[in-house]
Amino acid sequence: MTLRKRHIGLLIYFGVLLLPIYWMLNMSLRTNADILGGFAFVPTDPTLDNYLKIFTDPSWYSGYINSIIYVSINTVISLSVALPAAYAFSRYRFFGDKHMFFWLLTNRMAPPAVFLLPFFQLYSTFGLIDTHIAVAISHCLFNVPLAVWILEGFMSGVPREIDEMAYMDGYSFPRFFGTIFVPLIRSGIGVTAFFCFMFSWVELLLARTLTTTDAKPIAATMTRTVSATGLDWGLLAAAGVLTIVPGALVIWFVRNHMAKGFALGRV
Amino acid sequence: MARIHLDGIAHSYSPSPESDPDWALKALDQVWEHGGAYALLGPSGCGKTTLLNVISGLVTPTQGRVLFDETDVTGLATEQRNIAQVFQFPVIYDTMTVAENLAFPLRNRSVDEGTVKTRVAEVAELLDLSGDLNKRARRLTADAKQKISLGRGLVRSDVAAILFDEPLTVIDPHLKWQLRRKLKQIHERFKLTLVYVTHDQNEALTFADRVAVMQGGRILQVGTPQELFEAPVHRYVGFFIGSPGMNFLPCALDGGDAVVQGQRVPLGPDVLAAAAKRPAQAYELGVRPEFITLDGETGPRLDISVGKVEDLGNFKIVTASVGEHRLKIKAPEHQSVAPDIAAVRLRPDMVRLYADGELVG
Amino acid sequence: MDKWQDNRAWFMVLPVFAIVAISAIIPLMTVVNYSVQDIFGPGQRVFVGTEWFKEVLTNSRLHDAFIRQLIFSTLVLVIEIPLGVLVALALPKRGWGVPVSLVLLALPLLIPWNVIGTIWIIFTRPDIGLFGAAINGLGISFDHTANPLDAWVTVMLMEVWHWTPLVVLLAYAGLRAIPEAYFQAARIDGASAWATFRYIQLPKMRGVLTIAVLLRFMDSFLIYAEPFVLTGGGPGNATTFLSIHLVKMAVGQFDLGPAAAFSLIYFLIVLLFSWLFYQALQNVGTGDKGGGR
Repeated sequence: MTLRKRHIGLLIYFGVLLLPIYWMLNMSLRTNADILGGFAFVPTDPTLDNYLKIFTDPSWYSGYINSIIYVSINTVISLSVALPAAYAFSRYRFFGDKHMFFWLLTNRMAPPAVFLLPFFQLYSTFGLIDTHIAVAISHCLFNVPLAVWILEGFMSGVPREIDEMAYMDGYSFPRFFGTIFVPLIRSGIGVTAFFCFMFSWVELLLARTLTTTDAKPIAATMTRTVSATGLDWGLLAAAGVLTIVPGALVIWFVRNHMAKGFALGRV
Repeated sequence: MARIHLDGIAHSYSPSPESDPDWALKALDQVWEHGGAYALLGPSGCGKTTLLNVISGLVTPTQGRVLFDETDVTGLATEQRNIAQVFQFPVIYDTMTVAENLAFPLRNRSVDEGTVKTRVAEVAELLDLSGDLNKRARRLTADAKQKISLGRGLVRSDVAAILFDEPLTVIDPHLKWQLRRKLKQIHERFKLTLVYVTHDQNEALTFADRVAVMQGGRILQVGTPQELFEAPVHRYVGFFIGSPGMNFLPCALDGGDAVVQGQRVPLGPDVLAAAAKRPAQAYELGVRPEFITLDGETGPRLDISVGKVEDLGNFKIVTASVGEHRLKIKAPEHQSVAPDIAAVRLRPDMVRLYADGELVG
Repeated sequence: MDKWQDNRAWFMVLPVFAIVAISAIIPLMTVVNYSVQDIFGPGQRVFVGTEWFKEVLTNSRLHDAFIRQLIFSTLVLVIEIPLGVLVALALPKRGWGVPVSLVLLALPLLIPWNVIGTIWIIFTRPDIGLFGAAINGLGISFDHTANPLDAWVTVMLMEVWHWTPLVVLLAYAGLRAIPEAYFQAARIDGASAWATFRYIQLPKMRGVLTIAVLLRFMDSFLIYAEPFVLTGGGPGNATTFLSIHLVKMAVGQFDLGPAAAFSLIYFLIVLLFSWLFYQALQNVGTGDKGGGR
């Protein structure tokens, strides 16, 4: 009885969750004239024109490529610097460790809007404006602290006897870290990568400010095109649908790690 | 308090069990008397926890019935069975005080506050927790937390049985015996039916009146610690109980003797009679290391050659060989073991004959 | 279980320190620099001390934005945390439903923030949106571009839709980490579903819920892209939250000094609130004074 009610509630929740996304998908399969002409739950005359336009127009599809490039760079940087740091925080006491950890977390709380102008000036000075690396590094501001935080949690769950045993067996630190420790926290790394990808992929303010054309993210392309072409709803919806695809692919690939990571009680 | 009757219980975790390995518990019939202290002993994966869960109602068996006294409780949920359980690691309600923890099962059953107070005070007294009643439960040590778990069972006056699932795993070694003694004391005082699951034979043998040795989903033998030691009904029980385990020497039967590597060991008449009724592929002689002497004058004689001698402090373990078979002997601490000893003596009443792994006599 | 004392561990933290320092300390210093100067153009600046801070702190439009922000973040926490916990409790614990649920839940989190705004424009517009058309079809006039209340409702709906899944995922992780023995013990003790939730699940979720409350508070307090796309801060200033106000000030009006001063105050407010939440959540339900984990 309660089982029933629970399931119905859950189904309603997922229905509400998917409805707006479905509606965008619906829009993306119709032409602008069709959308403004009439209301329909299911596209009466589905067309892929909007998608075709995005895939053939470089000003559209390059936005996706740019986004994927800087997001990937950011995820790699975040993970590679956060792994050793998280290990240090989970295993060692050292001068200023607690302050350092707290300071890192405060950066997660900094409003990106606060950093907008200084970032622009800083990267201009180094001639990095409109490059992928600039966006990737600026996103480290919030992703690195988060990655350290999550990874530290996973690493603290691994008993330190394992480290001691490996060192006694004559493993060097890099070899132990690479061949024993990292595989042990695979799921944690999967979850962390997911969060890094997610926060970098969805961020718009910094990405838009630091780019003009060459590294412009798809999200920014969308806002520009909206105002320029006088709202082509179908095209906008198609672009929106395509921004969901990379994220959906990422979760699909890390879903088992996520399920495992979640079972470990850490996020 | 109740007699527990497991009537044809069998359980499989797969929805359509076909072959033998699908069954986590193979069909078993057991009657456990009211007020007895029982231990379920076996290696991990032997089905002991499944059996415990069948009794507690967390698992509904695929076949058979569970009876508490004469009542069929097979279909009843855990909370309706009046059992209490202590888990492998302490389960306490973190946000409550010790007193609130102990009162929780009573308050859930809407017992009046006056009774709750007296019961909690009694149980706390019994478990030496009186001084901690107003402390946060999560602040206590592991053994105190296990006592709280136990106490939550004891406060209920209607408890039929208390189940223990390896309760000493996380307890410091020097506190283990204290807690175990407490259990014994409570058992003697209340005459509760206790079922204690463990993989540690010392715990099982010191705690329980009767021990059920399990392996591969079967109960191989239920008996007093002495029975398990002196007459294991199955090769596995002989091997699992005791350290080192029982020696098994393949043998042939010839006339009134068992022949081991050409050496004759005479058998008693009733053993021979039993063996005659039970034809088998292979016979083995089973002798405990404790029942073999290096300097004895009487009893059947076996020629051996001495190998390794380990001094374990209060006794020595001698590894010898009889032809191609190995033989372990437990020798007293002060006995010197000369490497040239050529023969040992067996205690005649403690020589067992096994046919295809099962005790003949 | 004491950690090993070794200052060489600093070498492992150094890369993180370097990269965050570049992205945080240098810009922050620039902001501090701006906040105490009046800048007319390149090379022309005057030290003005706390002038900008005074101006910002007495600005009534900023006060309004701050109050709006507080109401918004409070509503976010009050709605999303209980809803998230409720959904997490209802999620399946094993079987094919687990990965499917997780993937579906993560979907809104992986949509770029401005696209979230776009989705909700499309969804709620009275002319082409399912939601807008449905509400209007019920005879209730609804237009988030004209009516402040409708704009608020839409922004709240969007926010709840967007971020509740994060709370669900966190709460679910917390629930999954509770050993099965606790539930068995609760059944044996005859605990009701409510008592099980109150005395086992909720206390065991305290850690993840602390993270959830902090993340949701911080991110809702910093919200920018979604309402910017959806309503542009309007109608009027009805949905102008602090970040939107800040960006208007810095980029729109190029008031660098006040914007910088405001940024610092903003940052400190977030820090202060986060710290208060953290302290409060550390101690809640444990009955301890002074916390500790």
